[in-house]
Amino acid sequence: MSDKITPYQMVAKTPLAGSAAAGIREQGEITRRSFPFVLTAAWLALTAALAGLGGILGRFLFPNVLFEPVQKFKAGLPSDYSVGEVDERWKDKYGVWLVRTEENMYALITVCTHLGCTPNWLPTQNKFKCPCHGSGYYKSGINFEGPTPRPLERAKIFIDVADGQIVVDKSKQFHQERGEWTDPEAFIKM
Amino acid sequence: MANLRGLQEGIVNSQIWKSVFRVGIPNTNRKRVLAVLGSLILHLHPVKVRRSGVRMSYTWCMGGTSFFLFLVETVTGLLLMFYYRPTIEYAFTDIMDLREQAPFGIMREMHRWGAHAMVIAVWLHMFRVFMTGSYKPPREFNWNVGVILLVLTLLLSFTGYLLPWDQLAIWAITVGSSMARASPGAGNEGPMSSLVKLGDIRLIHAGDDARFALIGGRSIGAATLLRFYVLHCVVIPLAAGFLMAIHFWRVRKDGGISGPL
Repeated sequence: MSDKITPYQMVAKTPLAGSAAAGIREQGEITRRSFPFVLTAAWLALTAALAGLGGILGRFLFPNVLFEPVQKFKAGLPSDYSVGEVDERWKDKYGVWLVRTEENMYALITVCTHLGCTPNWLPTQNKFKCPCHGSGYYKSGINFEGPTPRPLERAKIFIDVADGQIVVDKSKQFHQERGEWTDPEAFIKM
Repeated sequence: MANLRGLQEGIVNSQIWKSVFRVGIPNTNRKRVLAVLGSLILHLHPVKVRRSGVRMSYTWCMGGTSFFLFLVETVTGLLLMFYYRPTIEYAFTDIMDLREQAPFGIMREMHRWGAHAMVIAVWLHMFRVFMTGSYKPPREFNWNVGVILLVLTLLLSFTGYLLPWDQLAIWAITVGSSMARASPGAGNEGPMSSLVKLGDIRLIHAGDDARFALIGGRSIGAATLLRFYVLHCVVIPLAAGFLMAIHFWRVRKDGGISGPL
């Protein structure tokens, strides 16, 4: 036997030999081979815990209950509205214009489809004009000028059969560019 | 005279004085270095500064000015917090009171003008760093930290803009936050968002998209005001402070204030 110490001998000669740590190693709880798996499991557990924590933190930003104005309201009888006019009586309270034409009646939502401001109805120019960036819409809600990419949205509207009143439900909205304005819920036939 | 000298000696050699100023009178080069290294405040400053680092025509002192303005905003903002309540009942009237009832009505104006000045200073700092080529290796990491700090500065301005709760604020934030609707895969009008569906039901809509998380509702309201207040006063300043610490530290580690390496 030479005097040269091999790496194995060096391990054998460490103070660990015969100690409590070596005892654990001999029982096979953590061996050199199992250690990478233990380490991987530990990292996976930590990653999963952090991902769960991230999910909780993210979810916390989405409230379960919103304190917003009611989305559905009764708007009186169709005869309360004159033909050919944009009616602004619900604009401040519920954020809709009711428009009655010869053929039908519809509810336009008062949110500019560009960046969310409230346009003004200009009766003399017969158009909706947004004060923020100048988007313009016809009485129908179709856009014709300014930066807006698409028409105003219409809200669900129908006649309550019990009392003949108009009901507007903003929770359901109809996009012209998706061909939804022909939906029977998007207007009332006059 | 001898008595005064004796008094001075007595103070400087006292246990209390020595517990604060470990080194004593820094009258040698070694003691000067130790005095700087041993002080939390002073050690932020390098022991030695290169000549170009103090040349105003080279640095414009815009980084230092940005930091100074951040401190001004912190102090004035903290004072404003004693008077301002972030609720829709009080926000606007509290702002009016800050101008007309609170002592030093100029405090809010200082905060406001300081904010404008800080945005300008940060941009000029970035411009100077670009023009002197100070973004090049080994300083490329610090350039990126700086870009994030620029974004945080703009976000501080954006969130602070809502707090007066006047018409300008509400519509500006309506417009600004509406851009979040266009976030890819996260805003309800963004690219790829319409692909996230369960059958016919779109999973990303106005009630759960990126804008909703930002403003706490489908339109600007009480939740938005509170959210922006917390972001403005706590979250973004803490993030900016943390990144500024890294930024200043890296300035030192990457070869000192800009100049030929």
